[in-house]
Amino acid sequence: MTLDALYARALCAFTKALTGARILWQGCAPAAGPRVYYANHNSHGDFALLWACLPDDLRERTRPVAGADYWRKGRLRTYVAERVIRAVLIDRDPKTRTEDPIAQMAAVVEQGDSLIVFPEGTRNTTDETLLPFKSGIYHLANACRDLEFVPVWIENARRVMPKGRLLPVPLLCTLTVGAPLKLAPDEPKDAFVERTRNALLALMPPAA
Amino acid sequence: MTPQQQTYSLFVGVGLILVVASIVGYVLKHSVAKDQPHATIDNLNTRIKAWWVMVLVISLAFLFGKTGVILLFLFISFAALREFMTLTYTRSADYLALTAAFFVVLPAQYALVWFGWYGLYAIFIPVYVFLILPILEVAGGDTKRFLERTAKMQWGLMISVFCISHVPALLTLNIPGYDDRNLLLIAFLVIVVQSSDVLQYVWGKLFGKHKLAPEVSPSKTVEGLAGGVLCATALGASLWWITPFNFWQAALMSLAITGMGFFGGLVLSAIKRDRGVKDWGNLIEGHGGMLDRLDSVVFAAPIFFHLTRYWFAT
Repeated sequence: MTLDALYARALCAFTKALTGARILWQGCAPAAGPRVYYANHNSHGDFALLWACLPDDLRERTRPVAGADYWRKGRLRTYVAERVIRAVLIDRDPKTRTEDPIAQMAAVVEQGDSLIVFPEGTRNTTDETLLPFKSGIYHLANACRDLEFVPVWIENARRVMPKGRLLPVPLLCTLTVGAPLKLAPDEPKDAFVERTRNALLALMPPAA
Repeated sequence: MTPQQQTYSLFVGVGLILVVASIVGYVLKHSVAKDQPHATIDNLNTRIKAWWVMVLVISLAFLFGKTGVILLFLFISFAALREFMTLTYTRSADYLALTAAFFVVLPAQYALVWFGWYGLYAIFIPVYVFLILPILEVAGGDTKRFLERTAKMQWGLMISVFCISHVPALLTLNIPGYDDRNLLLIAFLVIVVQSSDVLQYVWGKLFGKHKLAPEVSPSKTVEGLAGGVLCATALGASLWWITPFNFWQAALMSLAITGMGFFGGLVLSAIKRDRGVKDWGNLIEGHGGMLDRLDSVVFAAPIFFHLTRYWFAT
């Protein structure tokens, strides 16, 4: 095992030990990719949680999609993003962009790897349960026809790691995986974006 | 017998009971369930398996003596507090109080137990934390459901940290004529409480007819309670030789332990009902979360500690 892989294992072990995270494969069984896992985004812990909860063999071939503006700041962040979690770093600003994010993601999928994306585009720090989705999820589906989109609801991550805080609060997190969706032929952009968003919302546990 | 021999014979005894339980579980699965899926029997076997793991972990902790036991219960408190806080309503303004609870109060309480500073660990959470936590909450500047939030956090700390820490605190008691044997006092408490739970479950399953508190805990029956408490008390009395008590004292102590344990189960069930969940968590397969397994220990430990301290310790 390489040192990078060892760090990755350590990161996953720490995340799981802290949050007692468990994943419920409600709508489908774990299966080899390529797949796109899309989830609600409340905290930096989200991708670590989802990534850690995947079975080892699937995780090795699953790459989180993250904002380059955040992850290229500083050497440690760059190292973690590029070598440890092997993130697909995209430039979120269309003005400074040199590479097309959809093409970057599609290239990964064509190699047979899976992706983790957060279609809200940014961390949700509002009182809304789920922000409106950006249209990127549609463009990716349109570029890679037949690609499976798997909704994953992450419960409690915001309480574990509120925005701007460094020390995580140890609370139990549960991830619920729904049934995979595919872009239907001739499905309009708005309909697909809405359908994927509703599928994710449907996984939210009832408020106690 | 030396204390070590007593500890060994105790663990061998518990091991034998588990062997018998495993055989019974296997036979039931084979003869009653015909090797087909069967909810009650499968759950029984999962529980027995989890018991093996729990006994193994406790034995390991005992091997390392005071350090092992304090670390074990520190971890148990951590898991319990995490379950409690997960089910508790908090707001982002509670961040400071929450992190303080996990990273300051929890280790501090166990450090005080480690140093045997009774005068402080007995009042640290009920007095100091009780007053300082709401100050931290006020600093968050959010008054929405303020009393509820502070009260629940204090409750969680009392249950998960303060009460549970009274199990390892038994090691700090100085009992004349019982030198170096305090680990056995922990074994006594844990065996009596847990056997009472198991015996109530068995008696309830076999003879249970009259529901005791259908609104709170539908599985508890009068027959289960009576049979379980009587048998566990008899078991506790028969273990008087590992304790500083005589036979009758051990019986009365066991009665107090099982009684408090029973009510602990009821109270924590009521909280679960209120929150609309069946289990506190999923840490222990077949049993639910840490608090599902420890609800009775939580209520029994401080009372057993103080009864023993008042009448037997110097």
